[in-house]
Amino acid sequence: MSSDHGATSDHADHAGHDPADIDRHVKVYITVFVALMILTVVTVAISRFHLSVPIAVTVALFVAIVKGSLVAGYFMHLVSEKKLILAVLALTVAFFFVLLALPVLTHENGFWIPNVEQAAPAHTEEPHK
Amino acid sequence: MSHPTGVDHSKPHAAHEVHHEELGFWRKYVFSTDHKVIGIQYAVTGMLFLLFGFGLMMIMRWQLAYPGVPLPLIGGLFGDARMPGGTMLPEFYNELGAMHGTIMVFLGVVPLAVGGFGNFVLPLQIGAPDMAFPKINMLSYWSLVLGGLTMLGSFFVPGGAAQSGWTSYAPLSVIAGTGQTWWLVGMIFLITSSLLGALNFLTTTIQLRAKGLTFMRFPFFVWSQFVTSFLLLLAFPPLEAAGVMQLMDRVAGTSFFMPSGLVVSGQVLTNAGGGNAVLWQHLFWFLAHPEVYVLILPAFGIVAEIIANNTRKPLWGYRAMVYSLVFLGFMSFIVWAHHMFMTGMGTAMAAFFQTTTMIISIPSVVILTSLLLSLWGGSIRFNTPMLFATAFLPMFGIGGLTGLPLGLNISDIPLHDTYYVIAHFHYVVAPGTIFGLMAGIYYWYPKATGRRMNETLGKIHFAGTLVCMNVVFMPMFIVGLAGVSRRLFDAGSGYDFAQGTMHWNVVSSWGAWIMGLFQIPFIFNFFYSIWNGEKVGANPWEATTIEWAAPSPPPHGNFATEPQAYRGPYEYSVPGAAKDFTPQHEAS
Amino acid sequence: MDIPYTFQERRDTGLTNGKIGIWLFLASEVMLFGALFASYILIRTGSPSWPRGDTVLDVYLATFNTIVLITSSVTMVMAWASLMRRKFGTFRLYMGATILLGAVFLVVKYFEYSHHFAIGEGPSHSNFLAVYYTLTGLHMLHVFGGMVVNAYFWGPGSKLYQTNPVWFTNRVEHSGLFWHFVDLVWIFLFPTLYLL
Repeated sequence: MSSDHGATSDHADHAGHDPADIDRHVKVYITVFVALMILTVVTVAISRFHLSVPIAVTVALFVAIVKGSLVAGYFMHLVSEKKLILAVLALTVAFFFVLLALPVLTHENGFWIPNVEQAAPAHTEEPHK
Repeated sequence: MSHPTGVDHSKPHAAHEVHHEELGFWRKYVFSTDHKVIGIQYAVTGMLFLLFGFGLMMIMRWQLAYPGVPLPLIGGLFGDARMPGGTMLPEFYNELGAMHGTIMVFLGVVPLAVGGFGNFVLPLQIGAPDMAFPKINMLSYWSLVLGGLTMLGSFFVPGGAAQSGWTSYAPLSVIAGTGQTWWLVGMIFLITSSLLGALNFLTTTIQLRAKGLTFMRFPFFVWSQFVTSFLLLLAFPPLEAAGVMQLMDRVAGTSFFMPSGLVVSGQVLTNAGGGNAVLWQHLFWFLAHPEVYVLILPAFGIVAEIIANNTRKPLWGYRAMVYSLVFLGFMSFIVWAHHMFMTGMGTAMAAFFQTTTMIISIPSVVILTSLLLSLWGGSIRFNTPMLFATAFLPMFGIGGLTGLPLGLNISDIPLHDTYYVIAHFHYVVAPGTIFGLMAGIYYWYPKATGRRMNETLGKIHFAGTLVCMNVVFMPMFIVGLAGVSRRLFDAGSGYDFAQGTMHWNVVSSWGAWIMGLFQIPFIFNFFYSIWNGEKVGANPWEATTIEWAAPSPPPHGNFATEPQAYRGPYEYSVPGAAKDFTPQHEAS
Repeated sequence: MDIPYTFQERRDTGLTNGKIGIWLFLASEVMLFGALFASYILIRTGSPSWPRGDTVLDVYLATFNTIVLITSSVTMVMAWASLMRRKFGTFRLYMGATILLGAVFLVVKYFEYSHHFAIGEGPSHSNFLAVYYTLTGLHMLHVFGGMVVNAYFWGPGSKLYQTNPVWFTNRVEHSGLFWHFVDLVWIFLFPTLYLL
């Protein structure tokens, strides 16, 4: 099976990745870096407000998703990645959510035998749960 | 593949050029990166473990047939800790049961079906020179070996091997002896092996297929390995995480799966508590349900190849079969809690899981029906592979149909954890998958060795095994419907309601022991034919798929010239063609 | 016999083998950490009380670690960009920085862990800590693994650059993808464990 090894001195190996392209990408990386730093500070600052758990979770998750998307999209080049990879990842994310959601849904829907220590039923109004 | 410094890359070189120096014995036969060697290593390892796992069951079957009676001849071999006076202790029964399941599933069927057949056949069938990542391939095999050695070693630790079922439910598994820790470590090796193998198979199938070999021209076997690999890749990691958490519970005193206030032998446990034993079940079954499709899909693939070849007809409904396979793979991730109907879930979630479970039976039925219809009007050749492949169909049919009452919440209530369940899943795996694997061994043996296995011995092996499989497992439906629980070390002899069905245990046991005898012609045949089997050329079965273009056995690199696919995989009996088969790789 | 598409993209998929391989591996890692997050959710929602992260753990140390890891992600992608520009020396600088920052992360975690152990807060102390140690412990193993691979490409593995710079660049990219993933997991771990 003959395989095309490619010339060892070819600079334009990756489609659209000539030196000028790289410079543009580097600018993006720096911008994303700054954004990530700001968002890190934001997420820590917001946590100082001790919001109620549901709101705190929502906000923290939202910020994390934005940060994660920046890393995935730009550092990991997903914004310009081939469809095949994106399809595999989409499938994975779907199953990820299944794994996250179904066990807890199954428990919320059934009777959850409370631990011996608990005097009250499982879902008391506690500040942090 | 790395090149030594200074090699001139400007000229591509042809495949048949001898490119590398001769490898020593160890690099060629032991630490090989050649997919064929690795495939055979996997296959032989898998077969040895299948035999060992079957051996464990043969011992158990004495206790089940004659509870409390000393095991004749070999009873003394197991020592007083396990069989004082030759009588089986309950702990030993549990040890045998847990390890039988673990070994058959993870060390027997998967290594043979996926590691063995997948590795050997897949690159050949897609016209590739090897897997995409040969070194990772070798690593995945040796990871399996490490896992297997760990599992075998666990028999020798104080307290013996794991004895909390192959399902290792918490909290029993958390408080169990050292053997369970070894089980968990062993599983981590096995899971790593499967994960590495899966990503290799997927990359190879996507990237290294021959020119002209589009996805819809894949042999069905390739599709089955492809979907299987996705299942392994995405379903195994949660079990790995769960294994780590159970290890933490056992070794670091955490309480992931340990509820508060647990009392063991009169002592209240001092761990933090607050854990969730059902969490283990969720994580385990998240893997273990797709795992059962990992067990069956390769067999579907093998049976499909053999049926097309021995009916001299294309497969009926290839497209429907492929779509069903993909749909089945996807659905397999959202049915798992049908194994947990008795854990106290509410009606909404029970309804969800039984609905998805009913839906997933549809693609199975499509595939089975298509295979059955593929027989219609064929010029059937009843050689040994075809006998196993054809018998697979009704056997898997029984297994599949008997799963339906288990998948429905209400009917599962009286059947859960009874012998009915054992009968159901053994029908799909034993005269189901294992028949598919036997068929595959007889079918591809000539490609791997250049010789045929003996047909007479094969037919004896087939007939005996088919009858015995049914003798062993059919009565278990009756026993289960009578309400006898599984995993009872005395087969329920202490219960009044079980008395009416106890005699069936004797029947099953004799079926199992006789089935053991019928494997002897197979084992003999397998080794004898390596040196004395009828020699064959590249394509003794007159098949159409690309693996038959390579010599038998294929050399390193597989093909003299890079194959190309010109048509679909099952162009048999094409009107107007010179032969009754038109190979996929032959230019017209 | 050569395996094709090790560093040359296959025309119809547009991908090399290694690119697909690493993404498939990362997909499996998503499911691995997913299972741990799912377990955390189930245990926490089933628990009568659960401490807020900052009452048990040191948020400032972890914020520092977050900045360290994100920075290492930038140096990692810059290492790859340097290779794309065929600037080997700059690659080594950035890759070295990535490895160093990884080491800093591990050192900080060592201090965190030893502080907790010193006051008797081991994994068995509470479910919160059990989850914390398991999640961050597994993450740490991944940081360490990534560092080992990066060190290989910084050191002995960099010989490949002389004979096949395209392939070497790709392999560094794939290692980078793993490293970014490790950073990605931390981006979710940090608020989950320390802030909520």
